Amino acid sequence: MIAANTNSAGRDGRAVQEYEEFVTVMVADQIFGLPIDRVHDVFIASSLTKVPLAPREIVGLLNLRGRVVTAMCLRRRLGLSERDENGQEMAVGLERNGESYGLLVDSVGEVMKLGADTHEPNPVHMDQAWVKLSRGVHRLDDKLLIILDVDAVLSFDAEARAA
Amino acid sequence: MDDLLREFLTETGEHLDTVDVELVRFEQDPNNETILRNIFRLVHTIKGTCGFLGLPRLEALAHAAETLMGKFRDGHPVTTDAVTLILATLDRIKEIVAELERTAAEPEGVDQDLIGALERLAEADPEAPVTTQAAPEPEPEPEAPAESEPDIQILERDLLPGEVSLDDLERAFMEAPGPDDDEPAIAGDSLAFAPSVEVEPEDAAPVEAAAPARPVPPQARAEPVKEAAKEIAKDSGDGSSAENAVSKVQTIRVNVDTLEHLMTMVSELVLTRNQLLEIARREDDSGYKVPLQRLSHVTAELQEGVMKTRMQPIGTAWQKLPRVIRDLSSELGKKIELVMQGAETELDRQVLEVIKDPLTHMIRNSADHGIEAPEARRAAGKSERGTIRLNAYHEGGTITIEITDDGKGLNFAAISRKIVERGLATEAEVERMNEAQIAKFIFHPGFSTAAQVTSVSGRGVGMDVVKTNIELIGGTVEIRSEEGKGTAFTIKIPLTLAIVAALIVSARNQRFAIPQVSVLELVRVKNGSDHQIERINGSPVLRLRDRLLPIVPISKVLGLEGADADAGDEGFVVVSQVGRQRFGILVDGVFHTEEIVVKPMATKLRHISIFSGNTILGDGAVVLIIDPNGIAKMVGQGTADNQFGVEATEECGEANDNETTTLLVFRGGGETHKAVPLSLVTRLEEIDATKIEWVGGRPLIQYRGKLMPLVPADPAITIRSEGMQALVVFSDGDRAMGLVIDEIVDIIDEALDIELVDDRSDLVGSAVIRGRATEIVNITHYLPMAHEDWMSGAPARSSKATRTVLLVDDSAFFREMLTPVLKAAGYRVVPVAGTEQALAALSSDRRFDVMITDVEMPGRDGFELIRAVRAQSRLARLPVIALSSGVTPEALELARKLGISDFVAKFDRSGLVAALAETQAELGEAA
Repeated sequence: MIAANTNSAGRDGRAVQEYEEFVTVMVADQIFGLPIDRVHDVFIASSLTKVPLAPREIVGLLNLRGRVVTAMCLRRRLGLSERDENGQEMAVGLERNGESYGLLVDSVGEVMKLGADTHEPNPVHMDQAWVKLSRGVHRLDDKLLIILDVDAVLSFDAEARAA
Repeated sequence: MDDLLREFLTETGEHLDTVDVELVRFEQDPNNETILRNIFRLVHTIKGTCGFLGLPRLEALAHAAETLMGKFRDGHPVTTDAVTLILATLDRIKEIVAELERTAAEPEGVDQDLIGALERLAEADPEAPVTTQAAPEPEPEPEAPAESEPDIQILERDLLPGEVSLDDLERAFMEAPGPDDDEPAIAGDSLAFAPSVEVEPEDAAPVEAAAPARPVPPQARAEPVKEAAKEIAKDSGDGSSAENAVSKVQTIRVNVDTLEHLMTMVSELVLTRNQLLEIARREDDSGYKVPLQRLSHVTAELQEGVMKTRMQPIGTAWQKLPRVIRDLSSELGKKIELVMQGAETELDRQVLEVIKDPLTHMIRNSADHGIEAPEARRAAGKSERGTIRLNAYHEGGTITIEITDDGKGLNFAAISRKIVERGLATEAEVERMNEAQIAKFIFHPGFSTAAQVTSVSGRGVGMDVVKTNIELIGGTVEIRSEEGKGTAFTIKIPLTLAIVAALIVSARNQRFAIPQVSVLELVRVKNGSDHQIERINGSPVLRLRDRLLPIVPISKVLGLEGADADAGDEGFVVVSQVGRQRFGILVDGVFHTEEIVVKPMATKLRHISIFSGNTILGDGAVVLIIDPNGIAKMVGQGTADNQFGVEATEECGEANDNETTTLLVFRGGGETHKAVPLSLVTRLEEIDATKIEWVGGRPLIQYRGKLMPLVPADPAITIRSEGMQALVVFSDGDRAMGLVIDEIVDIIDEALDIELVDDRSDLVGSAVIRGRATEIVNITHYLPMAHEDWMSGAPARSSKATRTVLLVDDSAFFREMLTPVLKAAGYRVVPVAGTEQALAALSSDRRFDVMITDVEMPGRDGFELIRAVRAQSRLARLPVIALSSGVTPEALELARKLGISDFVAKFDRSGLVAALAETQAELGEAA
């Protein structure tokens, strides 16, 4: 058991602790995980102010308890199609370089505690656009959980333009 | 850097500024002992602290200056030379302090030049004390005060308790054995912070208490203090009250960040209050009303209070001006008096920062262009001494600053001529303009009527920058001038930038805020009414009081949904003015004005120049703030067709943000316009053609004490033999070259899209500038014609594939400076502002041949960027050139580890080009 632990830690330098916790979100029937220490809050994105001329990924600005939050659509960021139904837009509050972002998702699921033993690197044939945003995959019992790299998701200026 | 040193730097910076001002005052009023005492005390404090912190260079300089000032205090005449020397010493001290701030260590260097001069002056006239009282005594030698016995200082002036103790303590310390380093600090401190120390002739105890160093030898004080006693009685009036005032004002130092944070929190509070008021307006429950009213009051007061903490007297921005004027008067041989009024007028420190430089520039301009030489003034029947008056006062929600001089005024005829020459307006148009309109042209980029280009001003870069800076913070500048009488500039700026009044408008059901300061008027437009929008070739215009106003439909500019469906030209026109450009913004509806708290745009949205920020309105909605400057830019450029197209705006957004280049456009040989990046130009000159000499068949002129070769910009140009000849001077180090041209057309700011040409080495290529095909001149072609060895070692321009350079620098200034240089050297340049952007650019599809990066950048610095680049296998071999303003051994070591091809000083343009060429050679070998 001890040997297995050291082994897993060695294989993935990041996973020094045995477990990592992720907030799971659903987008287009795919489940994604966001490291819990990066998630500030989860809220319903309402009364968005659209920003004309903004990059496509940025849906608008919203007021979250007196702070102006930049709302970014995870679907658009991942190059997925728009959502059909006009359900409630859930958002995950993230922060990067002192700025607040709200990542719009279809729904927010439970918090998962996952060990390094289920972690796998990105499959080689995964979409390159997704590889850039992902830090690997966790094998769950019934599905695969893609771990999102929060910094990569929130930084896109040039890539977005090149794409 | 430790706290002690940081504290020292802040404090010394303040002290030095004060000393600067006080010295100039003292020079004019050498009998004012209060000023002298103040200067002496400050310099002494600096010296003491330096000794304490182990900064020998600073200490030695301060000591030498102090010694000379000690002589003044002892009654030696105050000469201009001496003051100049002390000012020079202060400058040196400032340099060292600046270096200290950067590196946390005192830079190497020798100051014997200054110290020697100071000492010589201090010893120069030992027997010329002008003051009447007290018999002159032998002065203690500055180098060896310990030996000069009996050591009795002449203390013929008023002697505040603190001062007496200072002087004597000083000597006591000199005499005392033991390390000299830390005691002066205590002496300085005892003086600065314990002004109430009483020194009784026979009792050294209080001194001991204040300065626990050691008791003062009685014989050093006994006699002088008795003399001094009389003086104290006489002079205590102003002296002691001043000292007392100092001790009474209680202040604490607060970190600016703390204040900024407080400000943000108050802003939030204001917003919340606004929201509550909005709710209360809808609800009839009067139970809220009273406490809400109270909350509203308290919030308003709190807001005012916090705003006050950010306020600084405008005098802090003026502090350097007396010195500037003093230096200028001696440099220009003019007599100028600077009168400053309203220095206590307070304004937001953010605003203060922005106007500091423009103010200095304008004062310099007034001194240089405005005030005439003494003879000219006499001839005009004015007093020899010119006056520049600086006046600041509050007026409504703005601050007004007036800069008035009683000089020769603007030469309207010359300006009109220049306007026509430059093609800025036709002769007929100028005819119709009134003086105010003509005067405004001096704010035009590249406009200078100074007959003579001096080192002070006259290069035509400056006034436009002044105007831009002031407009940046929502201010305005106006000129009034009367020929022969003088010129007055009136600057109006808002008190603060954080909270502004804004007009809330709507377009296609979306609300936007427009800052009230840029709104001139509102016009309702309706088809069939008096005010009706018409079209010229599709571009909407409005007739407003017999003038045509270009109209910008906001929904179209922003590409809002349904904008193409042209809902008719009905709504409101918000008339705005930016610079000389007046235009109307067409909106659908206008609601009300509201005090809004400006929040910066998210970094991802900052490239949209139309928005200057966002805010939260009373009802909680986020609203974007429209920047009229951004819209004005769109009015100025673009053709009717895609003028407001979304693509066009996106294009001029992020990617090309830094790519506009300021170009000097000129004519030389034929009618074709030629252009060269202004950043390469050292000077523009018009010389008397008769001064041109021919040596060995080559034209030369004597220029600034040297021979400068002249090279025609085109073989077709014949160098004039009489009249005036226009020159563009380029220089590099001590070599200079004059490019002979026919005439200067304009200086413009444009995105440079050069089409390269291969067959002509004298051109970089051609570009369309202001709708005209213009040849971009390759300066490197001309330089060897002037000096054969100029470009030796520099690359022959590769005529094959143009190499792409990624230029990373956080300073927009450097990016702008280097981009044209690199372009002129034949590279394609992609400038980015930081590590993140650089990495993003590198991970895009674009291929970069070499990266140039500044190593000193906020956040992730250049080294971190290079490390990140090296970590990527694709980029592991990318040649990297590091730019640095100072190269330390550690940095060099790090550079070698990271495989940096070269380290180039930031200002070394030719070094950079050479280094680039080298990386190319390396690549060639590698391939």
